[in-house]
Amino acid sequence: MTVLLEVSGLVRRFGGLVAVNGLSFTVGSSEILGLIGPNGSGKTTALNLLSGALKPDAGDIRLRGRPVAGLSPDRIARLGVARTFQLVRVLPSLDARENVLAGLAFRADPLWGEAADREVSHLLQRVGLGGRGHQRSAELTYIDQKRLELARALALAPKLLLLDEWLAGLNPSELQDGIGLIQSLRREGLSIVLVEHVMDAIRTLCDRCIVMNAGSVLAEGAPDAVLSDPQVVHAYLGDPDA
Amino acid sequence: MKGVPLALVVAAMGALALVPFLGTGYHLALAIGILNNLVLATAWALFSGPTRYVSLATAAFFGIGSYAAAGLGEALPWPVLLAVALVLGAAMALVVGLSTLRLSGIYFVIFTFGLSELIRQLVTWWEVNVSRSVGRYIFLDVTQEGIFWQLFGLAALVFLVGWLIGRSRLGLALRVVGDDELVARHCGINVTGAKLLLFAVSAAFMTLAGAIMAPRWTYLDPSIAFNPVISFQALIMALLGGAGRLWGPLLGVVPLTLLFEVLGANFPNAFSILLGLVFMAIVYAVPNGIAGWFEGAWPRAVRLLPQKAVR
Amino acid sequence: MLILDIVLGGLILGGMYALVASGLTLQYGVARIMNLAYGEVLVAAAFASYLLVTAAALSPLFGLVFILPAGFLASSLIYRVLLVPLVRRAKTREALEVDSILATFGLLFVVQGLAFVLFGGQYYSYSYLSVPVTIAGSTVPANRLLAFAVAAVLAVGIYAALMRTRTGTAIRAVAVDPASARLVGIDVQRVAGFAFALGGGLCAAGGVLVSMFLTFNAAMGVVFTMKALVVVIMGGVGNLMGALVAGLLLGLVETSVARLVDPGLTLAATFGLFLLVLLVKPTGLFGRAGR
Repeated sequence: MTVLLEVSGLVRRFGGLVAVNGLSFTVGSSEILGLIGPNGSGKTTALNLLSGALKPDAGDIRLRGRPVAGLSPDRIARLGVARTFQLVRVLPSLDARENVLAGLAFRADPLWGEAADREVSHLLQRVGLGGRGHQRSAELTYIDQKRLELARALALAPKLLLLDEWLAGLNPSELQDGIGLIQSLRREGLSIVLVEHVMDAIRTLCDRCIVMNAGSVLAEGAPDAVLSDPQVVHAYLGDPDA
Repeated sequence: MKGVPLALVVAAMGALALVPFLGTGYHLALAIGILNNLVLATAWALFSGPTRYVSLATAAFFGIGSYAAAGLGEALPWPVLLAVALVLGAAMALVVGLSTLRLSGIYFVIFTFGLSELIRQLVTWWEVNVSRSVGRYIFLDVTQEGIFWQLFGLAALVFLVGWLIGRSRLGLALRVVGDDELVARHCGINVTGAKLLLFAVSAAFMTLAGAIMAPRWTYLDPSIAFNPVISFQALIMALLGGAGRLWGPLLGVVPLTLLFEVLGANFPNAFSILLGLVFMAIVYAVPNGIAGWFEGAWPRAVRLLPQKAVR
Repeated sequence: MLILDIVLGGLILGGMYALVASGLTLQYGVARIMNLAYGEVLVAAAFASYLLVTAAALSPLFGLVFILPAGFLASSLIYRVLLVPLVRRAKTREALEVDSILATFGLLFVVQGLAFVLFGGQYYSYSYLSVPVTIAGSTVPANRLLAFAVAAVLAVGIYAALMRTRTGTAIRAVAVDPASARLVGIDVQRVAGFAFALGGGLCAAGGVLVSMFLTFNAAMGVVFTMKALVVVIMGGVGNLMGALVAGLLLGLVETSVARLVDPGLTLAATFGLFLLVLLVKPTGLFGRAGR
């Protein structure tokens, strides 16, 4: 398995708080890496650093060997990193088609015109929004907005997809659909970093897991092994004596 | 609904085009005023509408165009001069934009206002100390009708360019940026680049308007060319009409130009007071502009039917 | 002594700017209202002072006793009538800033227009205490010294009140974080209104003091607004100490340019300095980075 993403010694401070402290890991191609940990452990900050929304104070991020740390988010997006947001962010005044088109039109090999229209329909179909393209995205349900956000991310034709609690808040049947969709993406060769609290999804989907605590890696390994690690249990649930 | 804006623009431009043939000299002067304001307000909204940066630099670009015409008008053939003015305005917009588009809302407003005042002060100082006279006389061989048709062409060009931008990837980029700048960046949009390009296009039109209008005053001084009222009028007209749409400012320009004409003619002393009151009335009563009000009312009336049918 | 002349003249001018700007920083930093009609209030106070001195033969210092509270009340009224509706309708802070700019911009034209109708475009001044005083070999008119002294007393008084009193603490809390201030039981809108009115009072006081030694006309408000803005932004928005220091600095820069380069370029120097500060440090020389 070739290495797609290589992160080493990543540091990000907010004033006195060190949100990410010496984070290092790799993601292989077609791999799903779970990023888990208690609230405030730095998972979302890590995603923001990977996607360029934040600039690291120290450390190195390489995408297929190319250093990308500190590049602007749009450059990183054009290099093939797409993301969704913890609190869903669709473009409210645009309809669903235009939301997806926004992902197609500005990537490294942009699509526009008829080819783009076809791809928009295809992507909407794929996330289960077929035929809903002309609905204003602000009027979609929460779940459909999540689907739309994923379609927009996929429109970038990314090599690496960052999903920030994309499965949170889905009902059991939606969750099954969502897990199936993510698995099909991996089969197509996409690498995924998954920040998630839904443990079933982590067990089913992830090849490996990184448990973060206080900004650095607490444990790393296969989901089942990691989740039964006493240190990890301690970090999540606290000291049993307390 | 889709055809309404186009019909509106075509009708307005068509009506204006008749003025030189049917109207008197006074009507022609009024039509020139409308066209000038139309170019300035539409160009202003071209940038400020989608980006929501409130620019008060209209007077700066307009004044630069006027002074380019006054200073170089006799040395250069007119088309070359217009090209020079265009390049000057766009180049200055790029420099200003590069250094200021990082600034958040309020600072940008104040910066652009300060910039216009700074340029005015510097030009005044230059004229007094180097040219040895505050004002200049402009003797260019351009008739009122010549000015009218140039402005008419420029206004048509603003609409054409605005329409093309709206259909282009740049247009989509701006709508995405207007909705959510962070998402725009994560879609691969070079946000700063898009804003900069638009600022330069908008400034180029303002500069051209200044150059074309310059021969209209036979006497030009910095307080005319860089008059801050130019910035305010463009702003208020675009806001009244609706800055979010290409055809919005038109709805503000025509009534306000006529209103200011009437007020200026009948109450020259109270003009400033009335201008201020009109301004405040617009801010309080029509915050989304006439176009916004119109578009809001229209779908509310029509929407109920098809949506019920779908469900 | 050129240097001493510049320093003394610069400090006196800067003291006025500091006082005027501290009013604006209260309005913008606490009430979040960018009041573009600020300078018009100052000019109105200057005209009021002129009328009291010439028509009623009152001393400007005595006039201050009336005009400062009048500025307070007028600003309070402006806040309640014109600005509270905007505060209510604004969804975000940015929206309020833009709305307040536009509304006070209209107000600027109205007040300026009224001043033109009442007083015309010509320059006004009156003579008060125009006797020379010599300080360490440099000659200064007594009216300027007195104006500076009054400005200093007012500035120190406001600063102490903000630091020592309950209301002052509430004002500072709202300036830092309105949302959190609300959580600890501060009536944000009332405090904001009070700060806006207080700023207006300081502005009126500045107008009276300026009228003691400068000629003024109906069109000068914008210049004062711009200068106050320059000082506020240089000092860091909502930062009273910053405004005081930056005001003195601007006075020194202007006096230096006027004496050493060309008096015709002082306004250009002001704007140049302003643009420079905005570009290099948009949060102000004394402001905290990242708000």
